[in-house]
Amino acid sequence: MSNSKDWPLWEVFIRSKQGLNHKHVGNLRAADAEMAVDNARDVYTRRKEGVSIWVVESKHISASSPDDSGALFEPANDKIYRHPTFYDIPDEIGHM
Amino acid sequence: MSETLEKDFQDKIDRDIKIEPKDWMPERYRKTLIRQMSQHAHSEVVGMLPEGNWITRAPSLRRKVALLAKVQDEAGHGLYLYSAVETLGADREDTIDDLHTGKAKYSSIFNYPTISWADIGAIGWLVDGAAIVNQVALQRTSYGPYARAMIRICKEESFHQRQGYEIMMTLAKGSPEQKAMAQDALNRWWWPSLMMFGPPDDESPNTEQSLRWRVKRHTNDQLRQEFIDMTVPQAEYLGISIPDPDLKWNEEKGMHDFGKIDWEEFWHVVKGNGPCNKDRIKARKAAKDNGEWVREAANAYAKKKKERNNKVA
Repeated sequence: MSNSKDWPLWEVFIRSKQGLNHKHVGNLRAADAEMAVDNARDVYTRRKEGVSIWVVESKHISASSPDDSGALFEPANDKIYRHPTFYDIPDEIGHM
Repeated sequence: MSETLEKDFQDKIDRDIKIEPKDWMPERYRKTLIRQMSQHAHSEVVGMLPEGNWITRAPSLRRKVALLAKVQDEAGHGLYLYSAVETLGADREDTIDDLHTGKAKYSSIFNYPTISWADIGAIGWLVDGAAIVNQVALQRTSYGPYARAMIRICKEESFHQRQGYEIMMTLAKGSPEQKAMAQDALNRWWWPSLMMFGPPDDESPNTEQSLRWRVKRHTNDQLRQEFIDMTVPQAEYLGISIPDPDLKWNEEKGMHDFGKIDWEEFWHVVKGNGPCNKDRIKARKAAKDNGEWVREAANAYAKKKKERNNKVA
């Protein structure tokens, strides 16, 4: 008796329009990558919302841990000089 | 230690910061969400059945393509929600099996039969209408994947309601027989649609915790009132009457007063004694069993492709 528990979980990323990034839209179960792409087409692009589909087995995604996010992202917190607003440009220069 | 985690969690909720899959969450929050999202998913899939019943008998090609597309959308909605359930670590197959064993419930509205074509109009207008009120509110639910699924679903749901209302308009402005069909459908679907919002607030013990965790953003009675106020003028336009002699605009409150809901019927149906409960589960079980060969074939094909690729490599 086949068991679709054998089917891995795939994360789905869709590029909705030329020029945009692929965006994560959800996940689905499928026997292999080809089936995952076909299923993703049916589930996530019924209204022309896709020009390109990526599928990745969920187990292949490496992610940062939410518990570590404080320490991980800390370096950016005090570097306000990365933002344009840190710099004073006189009005007469116009747009810069 | 756990107290700080709970405190930080509640703080995030209070600041409307979304909770994402790998974030720490109270076990009861996780369980509540798994139950609510999976029952929502089951409702979408079971909801395909009463409408699927009329696909082969739709009166015109326009009606048929619209109904096919709607039913297909409901399958998709179920899949978005099963997908969200999986993010919390619940297995998809187990989730579906819970529906089949009766361990998990689905919206009781789908236990009613679709007796005439007018029912398809009434379902799109009233049942999807009620679902829209609920789902628009849930777009701001605290769990990220659930909120995002709701946003996606809401975009697709409005054609569902329009499709139903268009049917009602055609019937209500048609022959006396058509108008009578429309009235009859409204008579049968009105009260069950109101029951879709769940028991009254004072009989809904989980509501307080759901509100505190912002799983729910409004109470059952609030959403029910919103639906009634929105729908009354729509019925007036059709020229058919809502089967509630106590329904009346209350100038002082700025909303409609309405009659007593028969909660005994609601609990009767929820507990498994509605007209179609057994048929619905039977149909879902059959769909899984009869699809076994497809899953086996997919497995065999995937295995074959892999072996072929390995040989070539």
